[in-house]
Amino acid sequence: MDNSILRRRRTELVGGATVLLALAVLPLPIGDVYTQNLIIITILFAGLAQAWNILGGYCGQISLGHALYFGFGAYVSTLLFVRLGIPPAFGMLAGGAVGGAGALLVGWPCFRLSGHYYAIATVVVGEIGWLLFLNWDYVGGATGVYVPFKGDSWVALQFRTAKLPYHYLVLGFAAATWIAAFLIEGSRWGFAWRAVKDDFVAARSLGVRIFPSKMAAAAISGFFTGMGGAIYAQYVGYIDPDSVMAGALSILIPLPAVLGGVGTLWGPLIGAAVLIPVSELSRSYLGGSGRGVDLMIYGALIMVVALVRPQGLVSLFGRRRGGADARAA
Amino acid sequence: MPALLEVDGVSKSFGGVAANVDISFDVAEGEMLGLIGPNGAGKTSLFNAIAGEVTPDAGEIRLNGTRISGLGPVACAAHGIARTFQVVRSFDSMTVLENVMVGAFARARGAREAMTVAADTLEFCGLLSRADRPAISLSPPEKRRLEVARALATGPRLLLLDEMLTGLTPTEAQEGVALVRAVQRRGITIIMVEHVMEVVLPLVSRAVVLNLGRVLTIGPPADIVRHADVIRAYLGDKYAPAA
Repeated sequence: MDNSILRRRRTELVGGATVLLALAVLPLPIGDVYTQNLIIITILFAGLAQAWNILGGYCGQISLGHALYFGFGAYVSTLLFVRLGIPPAFGMLAGGAVGGAGALLVGWPCFRLSGHYYAIATVVVGEIGWLLFLNWDYVGGATGVYVPFKGDSWVALQFRTAKLPYHYLVLGFAAATWIAAFLIEGSRWGFAWRAVKDDFVAARSLGVRIFPSKMAAAAISGFFTGMGGAIYAQYVGYIDPDSVMAGALSILIPLPAVLGGVGTLWGPLIGAAVLIPVSELSRSYLGGSGRGVDLMIYGALIMVVALVRPQGLVSLFGRRRGGADARAA
Repeated sequence: MPALLEVDGVSKSFGGVAANVDISFDVAEGEMLGLIGPNGAGKTSLFNAIAGEVTPDAGEIRLNGTRISGLGPVACAAHGIARTFQVVRSFDSMTVLENVMVGAFARARGAREAMTVAADTLEFCGLLSRADRPAISLSPPEKRRLEVARALATGPRLLLLDEMLTGLTPTEAQEGVALVRAVQRRGITIIMVEHVMEVVLPLVSRAVVLNLGRVLTIGPPADIVRHADVIRAYLGDKYAPAA
């Protein structure tokens, strides 16, 4: 009886290890750079969506300003490298810390708002961040910052031609977010956060502290998002406010989680595996004029899922997450 | 018996409406107390004040001698007060067992212990067979049991039941009564809010009758039903015995 939760968690751990192994060998036979790049971006967004899911899915706080924390991570690690010579392997952690701190700073006033108002506030804060960085000369303003190449290195996270190291870097990142979500799901925090999401009045009557729960979820979510930003910056070698802090990114980060299944362990990965390749392929087939068409395809996909499978694609796999079953039954 | 809960001169207004006016009573350890009155008498407001959801404008509420009024629901829960809700609240993305685990974490050190506590509590409440069902799939009477189980899992000293038996069929209500009696036998003090007198009076040792925000009378059920003011409040002047 009470082993059902343990059994489910063991199954998920085995599933996680299997997927990790599969993704580790996946790039080995693939030679062309285009596909390698596609897989890297997909895994990166699976990790980012999982980071968002920790706050938006488990704790139910819908943030539409995660580009801010992503940008913080990208800028912090890049500027530490460029200005102070601190290698991105450490800068990545600093970027994550600043991302987490950013999420706490935004959360401090905004978590006093409830529901849709929190989401709206995060949109506004995200846009403010983008504008500030666009006009801030020290961080390169609108021209952005180039990451100087200093030779292949795991410390600097730079590899001139090889894609494989980046593959393992993003895989490690995505795995870390998955493990974080897995641990949260089984812990006091996870139960408290889901209770906050479902019914905060009932939650606090049981002694769950609402505000600290949201802040803890935001800090962890912001940390991983910032880390992802730092990795992205090293991967593309150039950042500017439009590429790492734009509002579109704040939509792109949660989308895989929403499509795959919010508040589930596998939703972000499944969503990213569908969404990112579809968007990349449509962009390359439709060429330069197709800018925007990929977003239409996103929109259509989300609408179809919302209509047919409101619990997300993950529910197709029969993986039960509380209410999902009851509504489907 | 020493008083576990002391309500001492509590008043609360919402806007210009006085929901509670200078309310005082004690609840003894292990007692089952009814809180009754017609609609709009101020039962829910007082109930929420004891649960920490509402801060009284005046007066004090003490649990075991410690002031708890104004501390908020989380602190009240930590002091050992648990409650159910008039309109049932469940965590619908979770299973029944997981719902109760949220409560169990209030005293359990880790997830495994919380799971054991939750399973034991579900068994006590007769819901163990539903443990792995989504909470949303439960029937209304089962959901009320789930609320009781979740509240009990926190290990409370005082359990507040808000219209737990209202709207149930006679059979369901009987099962509910049996559960409430079992809870009391565990030594947990209970305050039951009901607006239907015949449901609550057979259960409790004493009842507090509220009307228009004030205490009308406090006493054993036998006295309550004969009390002229109570009859007047419920049925109107016509039925009140001549003074």
